[in-house]
Formats: sequence, structure tokens, C-alpha cells
Amino acid sequence: MNYIPNILFAIALFVGLGYFAKNVKKLIRNIKLGQDVDVSDNKSQRWKNMTRIALGQGKMVKRPIAGILHIIVYIGFIIINLEVLEIIIDGLFGTHRIFLEVLPQSVYGFLIGSFEILAALVFISVIVFWIRRNIIKIQRFWNSEMTSWPKNDANYILYFEMVLMTLFLVMNATDIDFQAMNSGNVISQFIAPWFSGLPETTIHIIERSAWWLHIIGILIFLNYLYFSKHLHILLAFPNTYYGKVKPKGQLNNPEAVTKEVKMMMDPNVDPFAAPAEGADAEMPAKFGASDVQDLSWVQLLNAYTCTECGRCTSECPANLTGKKLSPRKIMMDTRDRLEEVGKNIDANNGEFKDDGKQLLGDYILPEELWACTTCNACVEACPVSIDPLSIIIEMRRYLVMEQSAAPVELNNMMTNIENNGAPWPYNQMDRLNWKDE
Amino acid sequence: MSEQLKVPTMAQCMAEGRQPEVLFWVGSAGSFDDRAKKITKAFVKILNKANVDFAVLGTEESCTGDVAKRAGNEFLFQMQAVMNIEVLNGYEVKRIVTACPHSYNTLKNEYPQLGGNYQVQHHTEFIDELMKAGKLKIEGSTQLKGKRITFHDPCYLGRANDVYEAPRKLLQSLGIELVEMKRNRNSALCCGAGGAQMFKEPEKGNMDINVLRTEEALQTNPNVIATGCPYCNTMMTDGVKAKEKEDSIQVMDIAELIANSQN
Repeated sequence: MNYIPNILFAIALFVGLGYFAKNVKKLIRNIKLGQDVDVSDNKSQRWKNMTRIALGQGKMVKRPIAGILHIIVYIGFIIINLEVLEIIIDGLFGTHRIFLEVLPQSVYGFLIGSFEILAALVFISVIVFWIRRNIIKIQRFWNSEMTSWPKNDANYILYFEMVLMTLFLVMNATDIDFQAMNSGNVISQFIAPWFSGLPETTIHIIERSAWWLHIIGILIFLNYLYFSKHLHILLAFPNTYYGKVKPKGQLNNPEAVTKEVKMMMDPNVDPFAAPAEGADAEMPAKFGASDVQDLSWVQLLNAYTCTECGRCTSECPANLTGKKLSPRKIMMDTRDRLEEVGKNIDANNGEFKDDGKQLLGDYILPEELWACTTCNACVEACPVSIDPLSIIIEMRRYLVMEQSAAPVELNNMMTNIENNGAPWPYNQMDRLNWKDE
Repeated sequence: MSEQLKVPTMAQCMAEGRQPEVLFWVGSAGSFDDRAKKITKAFVKILNKANVDFAVLGTEESCTGDVAKRAGNEFLFQMQAVMNIEVLNGYEVKRIVTACPHSYNTLKNEYPQLGGNYQVQHHTEFIDELMKAGKLKIEGSTQLKGKRITFHDPCYLGRANDVYEAPRKLLQSLGIELVEMKRNRNSALCCGAGGAQMFKEPEKGNMDINVLRTEEALQTNPNVIATGCPYCNTMMTDGVKAKEKEDSIQVMDIAELIANSQN
């Protein structure tokens, strides 16, 4: 009989972690739908980027208020999770505050005391976040791509954190022995009096309920991640590692095009030669990207990492002047379409069945793509090294090289370059005329 | 410009059997756009004054392909790149300077993978080096002394390649008062011309980007808006006109400001 709570705990833990693992596998499968790309270069620079940008929150403080509040929640999240280790051991073995038996009371008190202070700080920060979103209505949280789900998602996360922090503090406040010990109850000692009139058994029941709800809440929150923009708490690390290490201005030169160009410029190539055996397999299906599978897996990882903070969009010159383009929407659309493709694969025994839809047109419109000035403001603004510009360029490539669907003025410009080596219709032989004018 | 500019071409140098130290990549805007041509000439004036051993490709130069690439036409870009690289490598060019951040970015970052490896500098970096080496000095009383100048960071120089200080150092050497816009350096707002926007009408919106950027510049109450890019120059000039401030505010390239400070 005494083992029932232990068994229930083990089951909850197993189900919680198991379901999460299953979804992580799906997540990895979806990301791998992207094109392969070599990221084995610049290892030390990549580690540095991850350490500075993700671990060190290096780009968050560019906006000091949001940045500092975020750092509090981030540190709180990591450190308070040490307490989860104790909870898991207690839950599995039926112990109570096992670390108190291992650590000196003063050390234990110091640890729990810091957790309590952090929990209170996280609680306050999260309230401020909620106020910024819902009362002050900061513009970037209310742009047109912030439809009902993105807005709700953001608030659910905040509610989760408020509830978890409250449960943690209540759990400590109603632990009669812990309060009696009077070490580490820095915050909870002020909550304990709220329950003082109650019978001891009731207080104990509240303590047990808070303890259970806290750990079950954590497991639910863990599993909520996969469905939420909150995935960034995990993916920010790989994303900053695999993020761009080249100068921001440098776009890739697709090798498939290089091959074609070299062939065109090589006088020894026989234009009528039959393709070599197996050469067809090497030809890319298309130039540029019209759907998520045409993007690289790093770009798909970018999409899952985006937490929709909107710093990119709030710096985008096109968006600031009322154009349809929003770099955040590019990322959200990419993820939405990728999840749609993933579900399609799940429903069709691991095989993607054409659903007559694609990223271009059904999610992202040419009008958005053509509004981009390639200024890199979005890339610079992203606190987790997401590169929306690279997706915009890939899709422009598809529009131009597969569909010849550039705006007419751009076609004129390109014809000029082809004919006379300048974007304007001037004769190449006049290039040095300025010298004598 | 009244004085005769010395502008040798690579072909002439080769005929004379000498290799110039640096190639000046003029770029399409610098060759054909009336406003940009003035910047080109101002920079040549500086090169002549500092006795820099340079040459241009002249009629052998062709568009770098930057705009085509940003518009999505990778074929056209790579064709241009491969042709230009053939010419540049044929002349054994090692070092390039250009007054256009778009050419700068493309030559520096996107040509190496296609076989074109050069040391590429923006003209502000190059002039800064000339000053440091004592080959160029700010001479006499410049009419700019004490003037308020704000610097608009070109995206392809700043964010794209992290060059923020060279242009500012040059401006400060003119004894002017450098006033920064609220968005500057890596958070500078684009002028609206990049990514091939220069060649098309903007998408529907409620404002033009260059007007927004000009408003930000006007908030610093400047006498001169300085920049280092022919496209930015056009956009900011148009913006100043849209705000009807063209009588009181000039839009100038840093090369022009430095050239004007020479006797």
C-alpha cells in the first residue's frame, strides 16, 4: 500500500518523459526534411556564439527592460530546476527532502533560499511580461501575424510559469517541518501565516497537493513545448551553434548554379552530349525554394526556434513603413507549413502525399518577399541567430529562376545587366566617360 | 572638375608593363549615375593627391551582379562574377578599393568561392589608411569646421561587414560635430535601396523607407547628411527633397567631404 505514490510518480514521470521523447523524435524528423548543408566549419566560433548568445543571453540586453527580465526568468528556470532533481528522487523513493540528509542544513537552506528568491523574482518578471503584452500592448505583440493562437500561446506560457512558481512557494510554505527548521524559507515564511489557522492535516494535504501539482505541472509544461513557440528554451542552443558564422552580407552561391554556369562558359562542353549515366540524380529538383523541403535543415531549425518576440519585425524597414513583409511571419509560416507537412507524413505512413499546397503562395506571398531590402536588420535583431533573410532569398530565387516571376522593373534591370553589364541601359563602352565629363 | 584627373586603366598599365598597387572598382552607379559620378571623381582626386598607384578597369568592368543576386537571379550573378573574375585574375589583381558597399560586399564575400580572391577595401577604410600613413592630410581651413554632420550607415558596409568606425574617424578628422541618429551602427535603418529595391517601385505601404530614414536624420538637425554609398546617397537626397530641405541640408559622400578639404 505504501508504494502506491511511488508507483504513481514513476508512471507520471515515464509517461511525461516518454511522450516528450516521442515528440522530440518527430521534431528531429521534421527538421531533417530540409536540405543537407555543411556546418562542420568554424567549430570554435560556433561554440563561442552559442556560449555568448544563448548561454550568456548576449543579444537580449540590447533592449534592457525585456532583456533583464528575461535573464531573471532564464536563470530562475535553470537554477530552480535543480530542485526538480530532489523532487524526482523523493517521488521515486518515497523520501522527503532527501538533500537535507545529504547536505548540511545551512547549505540546504542557502540553496532553497536562493530558489525561493528566484521564484519570487520570476513570478514578478512574468507578471511584468503579461502586463507588457496585454495591458501596455507593446506594438510588436499586436502585429497582424499575431493572430489568436500566437497571442494565447504566449499567455499560456506566462500562466504556466506563474502557477509553477506559486506552487513551489506554497509547497515550501505548507511544509511544517521545513518552516520549523527556519532556514531557507526566505519567501515562504511570509506565505506560511496564510495557512496558520488550518488544522495540521489540512496543511499537510495542501503541501502534498502543491508538491504533486508542481511536478505534474512541470511535466505538462515540458510536453507543451513541442506545440508552442516556447521550444526556444531548448532550440536556442543548437540554433545559435548552427547559425551563420560568415559576414551577414554574404549570401551563399548555390553549387548547382555554379555547375551550370561553368558548363555554359566552357567552350569545350558539347551542348548536345547525352547526360552521363546517373547524372540526372545529381540535378537539383528546382532552383530556390517554394516549399519547406527545399529549404536547408538549419532554416527549418530556425523556424522551430523562433519564439515570436518580434524584435526582427520591429526593426524591419519594410514593416516599419507599412509593407506586408514581416520577418517574424516568414518564420511562423515556415514552421506552420513544416508542421502541416509533418502531419501529412504521419497520416500517410511516413510518405508525403501532395496536398496541393506549398509555402510560397499559400503561406508567404510574393508581395512580402519583394518588399525586402536585404538590410539584415532582422538578422541582427534576432536574439537567437535566426536568419529570415536567407529564406526570403531562397524564395526569390525560385520566383526568378523557376517562374520568371520577378516584378517587371527588375526584369528590365536584369536584361540591362545581361546586355550591357550595368543595371541601367548604358553602353558598356561608355563606362569610363565620367573621367572627361 | 577643372583639374585634369589621372585615371589609368589596367590595360594601359599592362601595355606599359607595370602592375598598379590597387584597382579602383568604380561600379555601375559610380560609372553612370550622375550623382555617383561626382563621388567617383572626388575619390580619384584623393587618389591623385595622395599619389596612389591605382588603375581602373574602364570599359572592361561589368556589373558585379549584386543586384541580380539579391533579386534572386543567381544565374545572372554567377555569370557576371565569373566574367569579372576572369578579367581581374587576368590582370593579377590583388587589391581592390571601391566606393560602393554593394560591390565591396560582393567582391569581398561572394567572389572568393567562385575563384576571385582579393583584398577588398571600402574607400573610407582606404582613405583612413592614407591618412594614418601620412599620405593625405586635411588641409587649410575647411568650410565644414563646426558643422553638424550625421552619418547614415550603409547596410552593406555596416551590418553586412561590420565597418562602422572608419567613416566616423574620417568625419571627425574634418573638425565637424558628428551627431548620431537614434538608430545608428548595427541598428541603423536601411535607406530603402538594397536588395534590388533601387530598381523598382516599393510595395504598397504607408510611407517610403527613405523618407522615414531622412526624418530620423533630420531629428539630429544636421547641416550635412554624410554617407558612403551611391544608393544611400540617392535615397537620402530624394528624402531630403521630399521634406523640402534641399536648400539647407546637403547629402554628401565622405569622399566628397575629404576631397573638398584639400587645397
